[in-house]
Amino acid sequence: MKIKGRTISRGIASGRALVTSKPISFLGGVDPLSGRIIEEGSELFSEIIANSVLVFPQGKGSTVGSYVLYQLMKNGVAPCAMINITSEAIVAVGAIISGIPLVDCLQTNPLDIIHDGDMVLVNGTEGYVEVIRDYKNETSK
Amino acid sequence: MHLTKGEEAIYKGEFGATKQKAMEILVSLGDIYGANSLIPVDSAQISGVSYKTIGDAGLGWISDLGARVEVPSMLNPAGMDRENWKDMGIPAKFAEKQEEILRAYERLGINMGCTCTPYYIDPPKFGGHLAWAESSAVAYANSVLGARTNREGGPSALAAAIIGKTPCYGLHLDENRAPDVLIRVVDKLHDSDYGALGYKLGEMLRDNIPLFQLDSLPTHDELKSLGAAMAASGAVALYHVVGFTPESKSFDRPKERLSLDLKDIKEIYGKRSGSDLIALGCPHCSTDELKRISRLLSGKKVTTDLWICTSRWVKEQNPDLVRAIEMSGAKIICDTCMVVSPASERFERMMVNSGKALKYVPSLCGVDAVLATTEDCIRTACD
Repeated sequence: MKIKGRTISRGIASGRALVTSKPISFLGGVDPLSGRIIEEGSELFSEIIANSVLVFPQGKGSTVGSYVLYQLMKNGVAPCAMINITSEAIVAVGAIISGIPLVDCLQTNPLDIIHDGDMVLVNGTEGYVEVIRDYKNETSK
Repeated sequence: MHLTKGEEAIYKGEFGATKQKAMEILVSLGDIYGANSLIPVDSAQISGVSYKTIGDAGLGWISDLGARVEVPSMLNPAGMDRENWKDMGIPAKFAEKQEEILRAYERLGINMGCTCTPYYIDPPKFGGHLAWAESSAVAYANSVLGARTNREGGPSALAAAIIGKTPCYGLHLDENRAPDVLIRVVDKLHDSDYGALGYKLGEMLRDNIPLFQLDSLPTHDELKSLGAAMAASGAVALYHVVGFTPESKSFDRPKERLSLDLKDIKEIYGKRSGSDLIALGCPHCSTDELKRISRLLSGKKVTTDLWICTSRWVKEQNPDLVRAIEMSGAKIICDTCMVVSPASERFERMMVNSGKALKYVPSLCGVDAVLATTEDCIRTACD
């Protein structure tokens, strides 16, 4: 299943999806050393975002969050790609400086069609997302 | 967004990785905010300078960049006075990291005057396009000087500095500069009243544009204080003042109206007792403010710590004023301020004459803050 979106940050990567319906604050919300979500009350609390395709509505909080994404990348624990409903400046800039592919404004709401564990390809260069393997359907078979 | 051939070449990486990243930032932000093209900027002002704010994360990114800025660019305040950091009680480790950040910016060709009032050093011209990040400077440049800038973030202002352009959207366009609400203040305002007014209104205004009708004649410093406070408690980037600001006559009066009096404003002030630091200069003091503080301090001795924050440029322009102020025992602090320096964190309660500091000191320093007039601040410091 291929879904068209908008290029925010170029590059191509694929990985397992990690999905939350709430905005993420990278400053204070994600530990830059381990890539672990440390924001209390987050749906992804204590999950490791390293090498995942992180799916979330948008960023929130301090603009320093852009630099935290860069730090995650330097430490080798950044998401391999990201998908937003609508990107804002913090995550957009963070993705670009860190070389993390980011696509937003998909034709279908990504929260409706992508689930935790799905294998997802993000093509930030051409601006589309592809759900390669549906984890839920596979396990229920 | 439409790119010229030259811009396209940068986007493809023909001028190196740093310029390519900078162009990608501008293009993506332009797409997000609906810009059609990039426009040249006269200058850039970059936030994200204090090690306290950006930490190792920011330092890492800035150190990795390899390009020179295309337009005059200045920095926001750092975390310490670069000359007197030891006196401020800054740990050596912090000072080392702070200097690393500043050197990384200097390598890019950025001016080392670390200030939230860059307009005293290099005043923007009316109608000129800028890419400025410091929110109080954005408000001042747009409103009092009639220049045009959005509220940039640190990396987007730096990207604009490296490319010399910014995406054309928001406050760069005439149609987005019209006031949304007319605010009538029926009493005469003076000094910190403007910061209190801004503090009160910011949250309600969010990023709307107010048009003020005032009974008093504000000074430039009072307008600076008003805008800084609205930009801190809200996200106001432009305001107009009837009869004062250069674009106040350019638009129709808004239908939405609101009236305030001094009673609404006075409730923002706190009690004078119990402050162990009195800090003035948020935003950084102008020469006029230093003159006034020097007059108020004349013949007095400071008994409670009194910080007066200003830019190194303003300090160097006024050696006599600086000497007169320092005679009282007050400290002139440059390159930094009470909000972004960790040096203020050791105090219990800070007295300020700024609505912006009143907003930020509790959350960013973990210190209680109380608003008072400049006169009361000086009186308390010398009690």
